[in-house]
Amino acid sequence: MGRIERRFAELKQKGRAALVTFVTAGDPDYETSLKIIKGLPKAGADIIEFGMPFTDPMADGPAIQAAGLRALHGGQTLKKTLKLVKEFRAGDKETPVVLMGYYNPIYVHGVEKFLGEAKAAGVDGLIVVDLPPEEDVELCLPAIAADINFIRLATPTTDDRRAPAVFRNTSGFVYYVSVLGITGTKAPDLKSVEKNVNRLRKHTKLPIVVGFGVKTATQARAIAKSADGVVVGSALVSAIEDSLAKVGKPSPKTVKAVHSLVSDIARGVRS
Amino acid sequence: MTTAQVNSYRTGPDEKGLFGIYGGRFVAETLMPLILELEQAYKDAKADPSFQAELDSFLEHYVGRPSPLYFAERLTEHLGGAKIYFKRDELNHTGAHKINNVMGQILLARRMGKKRIIAETGAGQHGVATATACARFGLECIVYMGSVDIERQKPNVFRMKLLGAEVVPALSGSRTLKDALNEALRDWVANVEDTFYCIGTVAGPHPYPEMVRDFQSVIGVETKRQMLAREGRLPDSLVAAIGGGSNAMGLFHPFLDDKDVEIIGVEAAGLGLRTKKHAASITGGKPGILHGNRTYLLMDDDGQITEGHSISAGLDYPGIGPEHSWLHDMKRVQYVAATDKEALAAFQLCCKLEGIIPALEPSHALAHVMKVAPTKPKDHLMVMNMCGRGDKDIFTVADILGVKL
Ligand SMILES: Cc1ncc(COP(=O)(O)O)c(C=O)c1O
Repeated sequence: MGRIERRFAELKQKGRAALVTFVTAGDPDYETSLKIIKGLPKAGADIIEFGMPFTDPMADGPAIQAAGLRALHGGQTLKKTLKLVKEFRAGDKETPVVLMGYYNPIYVHGVEKFLGEAKAAGVDGLIVVDLPPEEDVELCLPAIAADINFIRLATPTTDDRRAPAVFRNTSGFVYYVSVLGITGTKAPDLKSVEKNVNRLRKHTKLPIVVGFGVKTATQARAIAKSADGVVVGSALVSAIEDSLAKVGKPSPKTVKAVHSLVSDIARGVRS
Repeated sequence: MTTAQVNSYRTGPDEKGLFGIYGGRFVAETLMPLILELEQAYKDAKADPSFQAELDSFLEHYVGRPSPLYFAERLTEHLGGAKIYFKRDELNHTGAHKINNVMGQILLARRMGKKRIIAETGAGQHGVATATACARFGLECIVYMGSVDIERQKPNVFRMKLLGAEVVPALSGSRTLKDALNEALRDWVANVEDTFYCIGTVAGPHPYPEMVRDFQSVIGVETKRQMLAREGRLPDSLVAAIGGGSNAMGLFHPFLDDKDVEIIGVEAAGLGLRTKKHAASITGGKPGILHGNRTYLLMDDDGQITEGHSISAGLDYPGIGPEHSWLHDMKRVQYVAATDKEALAAFQLCCKLEGIIPALEPSHALAHVMKVAPTKPKDHLMVMNMCGRGDKDIFTVADILGVKL
């Protein structure tokens, strides 16, 4: 059993949903980013999603675009992202880590090389936005062979006809994108989220987590009623941005700003 | 990479949208159902003679096709070698080849019942063509344009607005064409129900590279017919400038299986290939994934896309259509590059000798013609795609020449 599966099994026993937190690796710099993720489990994160910065993130809104650029300007690379995971993993053997990003940096690094290094660093899952099931031979099948979960995005446009193809080669959990659009812009319509989560359950036994646009403890609590987990990303990334001393430079408040927001939302998910 | 003989260079892409290893459908799940719907709609339209008839009629009466194949006599004399012809696509309505593709896509959007059209633009020519067709059919039109390009292509921005389009500045990344494409994709993800994305070049996810190529192929089909009528034989060589590669693919594709026709694509070498300031994806890049397809791209060692640079906003794109990448690997088409300086010299020469103010994009093709034409015999027939007129560029050129307008 992998860490992701184990974590969802534990939470099922506790009878509550998972809080999945997203921050961009290397935002605003390597050291601050490491402090942020090291403190996330204690603040209430059950699963950590770590964004691999990319110059052209076509599914991301302004907040995560800016986070990626801050990280890149700070010298973040795919190699350094793997190093961050390794340093985190040295102190935490249990919390699942999922890398999220776009295919080009992985492709250029070399798929097999990347998978080997990711596994060794302690990465549990991958979400690669621009690899739909039509491109499974690229990375999805090799990842499964390397014993890394390949987590798929399902969206409001994933209808019942398409769902079986989307879920065929997926594992770990399913990430339901709650809005038609990019990250951090629209707020999810709770009724439609519940309806779609229930619809997708007919196609998969995997846990379904919901993300894109969840910003507050209240929203998180409402979504946690029907879903197995809630992802919070843009709100955390915006908290980083708001806390900066100046562009790209952390202030003494940066790490704490993220952790206190995570604690706040965790209380919502757990209540 | 295989360079084994293929029976035909004109059968691609395969059913997965691949030309060799290039192309494909690297898009977010939200877009996947739409792309499959578009693929089906395009297949149906292609098989429907009434669609082609409607398109042909608009190309003739609205766009002004066929465009002439013109013997550039004074340039030929000046260079003293090959007999040079211009395919005059700059005479089309709106002043560039872009409208050929736009008419096809807008008629398809109408067939699909889509009422809201989005597009990206670099030089503004594709944006103007899209705004034009949308005005003609009463469709809502939103054009994404990098804020840097808005600054250097002001006349086209105003044109689009006159035509009723909304021009939205792309403020992310390098604020040029690639970022405009990102913004258009983001818009599409958020507005899947009613929106048709009209891509301006032979890039993007399948079926765009194939579809745009098909619509632009009218250039090569006409050239073939016109050259046979004029000279009684096929040309010996074809030369075209490459941004994303649509005018080039449109000229090249009908000739790909004519083995004796030498085919040359000219990328933008900017300040020089040895500087980082160029936009030559094939000559100076390597394969990667961006904007829905695998193709040659400009990037750093970490796989981060780098900014292109060219004097011409229309060539300033860090990628190239996937079919070009394949034709390069197969060695069917030769890819070369021309610098800003060479293009500018070609621009000026063309104005003086032929009375044609070319766009800065085809000026790159012309720069290569100036290099190779003198080395060819007098009976060598060379066709250059004059894919746009230069009115939009006079401010850029005046600026560089130190002239205040
Ligand atoms: C006149 C002209 N030529 C060429 C291009 C480059 O595009 P493509 O390579 O797709 O023909 C542009 C793009 O804006 C253009 O306006």
